[in-house]
Amino acid sequence: MRYEAPTTTKEAASLIAGEKGEAFVLAGGTDLLVRMKTGLSDPDLVVDIKHIPAMQDIKTTDSGTKIGGAVSGSRLNSNKKLKKAWPGVVEATNLIGSDQIQGRATMVGNLCNASPAADSVPAMIAAGAKAVVVGPTKRRTVPVEKIATGPGRTSLAKGEIIESINLPKRTGKSGDAYLRFIPRTEMDIAVVSAGVNLTLEKGLVKTARVCLGAVGPTAVLVQKAAKAIIGSKLDEESLKKMADACSAACNPISDKRGTVEYRTKVAGVLAKRAAKIAFERAGGK
Amino acid sequence: MSEAQDFKYIGQRTIRPDGHDKVTGRANYAADLTLPGMIWGKILRSPHAHAVINSIDTSKAEEDPEVFAVMTHADIPNQTASGVQNILAKDKVFYHGHAVAAVAAVTESAAERALGLIEVDYKILKPVMSIDEAISNDSPLLHDDLFTKGMAEDPAVPSNISSRNELSKGDLEVGFAEAEVIVEREFRTATVHQGYIEPHACTVRYDEDGQSMIWCSTQGHFAVRATTASMLGIEQTNLNVIASEIGGGFGGKLPIYLEPVALVLSKKSGRPIKMQMDRNEVFMASGPGSATRNWVKIGAKKDGTITAMKAKLCYEAGWAPGSSPLGPACMTVFTPYDVDHQYVEGYEVVVNKARCAAYRAPGAPQSEYACEMVINELADELGIDPIDLRLKNVAKEGTQTMYGPKLKAVGLVECLEAAKSSEQYKTALKDNQGRGVASGFWFNVGGESSVVINMNEDGTGTIVEGSPDIGGSRASMQMMAAEELQMPVEAFSAIIGDTQNLPYSNPTGGSRTTFATGMAVVEAAADVVSQLKERAAATWNVVPEHVDWKNGAAINTKGEGVLTAAEICGSAAKTGGHISGRGNISARGASPSFAVHLADIEVDPDTGKTTVLRYTAIQDAGKAIHPSYVEGQYQGGSAQGIGWALNEEYVYNEDGRLENPGFLDYRIPLASDLPMIDTIIVEVPNSFHPFGVRGIGETGIIPPLAACGTAVSKAIGIRMSELPMSPPKILKAIHDAS
Repeated sequence: MRYEAPTTTKEAASLIAGEKGEAFVLAGGTDLLVRMKTGLSDPDLVVDIKHIPAMQDIKTTDSGTKIGGAVSGSRLNSNKKLKKAWPGVVEATNLIGSDQIQGRATMVGNLCNASPAADSVPAMIAAGAKAVVVGPTKRRTVPVEKIATGPGRTSLAKGEIIESINLPKRTGKSGDAYLRFIPRTEMDIAVVSAGVNLTLEKGLVKTARVCLGAVGPTAVLVQKAAKAIIGSKLDEESLKKMADACSAACNPISDKRGTVEYRTKVAGVLAKRAAKIAFERAGGK
Repeated sequence: MSEAQDFKYIGQRTIRPDGHDKVTGRANYAADLTLPGMIWGKILRSPHAHAVINSIDTSKAEEDPEVFAVMTHADIPNQTASGVQNILAKDKVFYHGHAVAAVAAVTESAAERALGLIEVDYKILKPVMSIDEAISNDSPLLHDDLFTKGMAEDPAVPSNISSRNELSKGDLEVGFAEAEVIVEREFRTATVHQGYIEPHACTVRYDEDGQSMIWCSTQGHFAVRATTASMLGIEQTNLNVIASEIGGGFGGKLPIYLEPVALVLSKKSGRPIKMQMDRNEVFMASGPGSATRNWVKIGAKKDGTITAMKAKLCYEAGWAPGSSPLGPACMTVFTPYDVDHQYVEGYEVVVNKARCAAYRAPGAPQSEYACEMVINELADELGIDPIDLRLKNVAKEGTQTMYGPKLKAVGLVECLEAAKSSEQYKTALKDNQGRGVASGFWFNVGGESSVVINMNEDGTGTIVEGSPDIGGSRASMQMMAAEELQMPVEAFSAIIGDTQNLPYSNPTGGSRTTFATGMAVVEAAADVVSQLKERAAATWNVVPEHVDWKNGAAINTKGEGVLTAAEICGSAAKTGGHISGRGNISARGASPSFAVHLADIEVDPDTGKTTVLRYTAIQDAGKAIHPSYVEGQYQGGSAQGIGWALNEEYVYNEDGRLENPGFLDYRIPLASDLPMIDTIIVEVPNSFHPFGVRGIGETGIIPPLAACGTAVSKAIGIRMSELPMSPPKILKAIHDAS
């Protein structure tokens, strides 16, 4: 196995593109190292991206906030501005693993691992986040919901690396929230999850995005659920409509963590609760 | 002893002698020994739950340059030794993870890789994965020579039912005829694991002269010696077993898995061998606790007098007949109740799961869960407080048990009264919250224990015991020696001797160590005292009867003179040589420990999630030698029982493969999942122990199942009868009821 630690994203992309065998990007390594240890992956090349300055940045510009691909969960947690603007995204990322894991794990790694139960992903999708994808020759910007295509699979071509996640600029009254269900209190994998992001105008929901996790092969952006609450004050009726839309959008499996019926039902419950938190964070009453 | 005694050292909370080593990581566990020239052993495990082994081809592995030795079942010298087919499968594999071959190679990863070179040809059979499947008429048979034992007539055909048990007292018909209210219900519990943190591991060396050594993590190194020597066909005197520091066992480290394999590999390769299971292997291939299906029927008069109790219990053994704790399950089910008419019949079935092992109070949590749930439902039917109902029918001194003896003085009444007056029982509950109360009973055992106390030249003593210290027994032994010799606790250290340098001891299990090994310590300490007195008498030229032992010193009662232990030991060479005391005993008089637990649980009605709000464990310790350790045992038992009740279960797929062999999806409670578990130590002394001790390690896991079962049932207003009460199950129950 070869280990490389380039200092530019383009160089990293070229290394991977040029590798004939199996090549992996190493960010925090909280998925990759476990895969290697359990024999699921046996890479020929590992490209560590932590030495690339652009990957370590958290930058706020006029168009929003740019979070580098190697930024750890604990760095997100210590960024007060980001937490204020996108509490749901930060909380979702911080739910992953333990404190020790948070010191290493990254949002982009979580996204590229492409687990249907990834915690940060529904929150990013609800936020309308975009991924900056860098290949050996060109860059492109892709909505986060277009990255994962199925469990463990992404739309990234060989040699393409996500350099950063761009969160849109916050305007007016807005809030987001993410909730997941686990049987315990921590250190677990989402059985089902929901992220909600909304903005308010004159006390009513003006825009909304609702995204569910662990209820299908990829995170599911549920437009009908968003529609159900747009224009409302989150009264019981619109919340119920939203929950029903969420349940209807579920296409889960039964496995050791939960049944189809359970996931379908609880998806709506969590979406409702997340929407209420987001509404309150936006200053809604 | 019967009167309350005044103790100087017993009952103190001294600093634990193993604390620094464990906190700093210095303690040497099973995987921590490395020997010069050592190589690694690994086991090839069956990917199938039920299959015939047509052939095993090891030739490619044997030719591998990094491989030193390969073995299969055929390489085990004694093919008829007990348990040998669980060590390496013979002609059939009975569970996913069953060991089929082993290699020794230069590194662990080389050994892992070499396993892939072994070719096994299987004929896959349909697995039998539950009690219901096992007993159905068209079920495949695991063993075509298994005929149910214990039937009135020997069965003509084989089945998956390995044995039947029956116990009774009184006359059920009479009892139920007197009943005005009858409650009956069936309960199910899942396969569970002890969840000890330290995986099984060993380092062994088989020398060319036949001398051999095993370093391993075990609850009983003498048992490791006996089993391994038998399988290897070697004499016990040629095998030294050293018990490492142990990271949990709970009964699961009574059986052995790796040691005979490692020793054969060592013999074949001429190298020391290290083997360690990874977490997956521990879950797949060590011994879990039985899944069960239990039915209980109880009748009572309107005033709360219970008139009859009947149970039918069914326990999984895993694949190996006789491996379930059905016997103790039947014996314990109704023991907390002094009721004239009781009857239990029990069945053990075999299924394609790992061979069951002991798990803390083996058998009792499942059977007593069924009884306690029905008792609580009966209390509701009668409109009587569940603690009052228990007090009205409580087992006490003189109660005739179904399994034989009458109870001596026990503390169940005191536990129930303490529960009733506890803070928790007086606290009001809110919506979606429920409270459960449950009792628990475990026998405890005595058995063989050996102790030597070597008195050093400076007057301090080294206690050598044969009981691996899982629950803090070294501290307790120091304290009991200190009490008997009336010397400070710090004057003693305690170590676990090897099988070659200490007389025989039974394993640490059955909550026996503080009781039985404690008695051996007291006997050894008394032996030391009498020798110290004799030496002092010789020094003063008086008869030993004229010497008293007080405050750690000999006193001449017929003249002037005081000699401390240090003075006597320092001049031992002049008075007859080294002073050491012995206590080799087979302890009798172990006395039961009863417990009562209270659980307050809130259920989220929209997700089925449970939150344990408050929990109190009340238990009779006889006498708590070291109260912190006793409380720790109460809390640990509670935590395991709560996990069993709420989230823990083996999940198998349709092919019988274990889906959750790890702590991520086998959900033992995390620290953040539980409230601080309150404890109340009740002390009703056991008159057979010099200080009044009862074993306390196991009872604490029994009451949580029904305490949580009842609390959840009350919180949602639906009677739950299946464990674990995981959120999907609770939400489905709520959904089905509405």
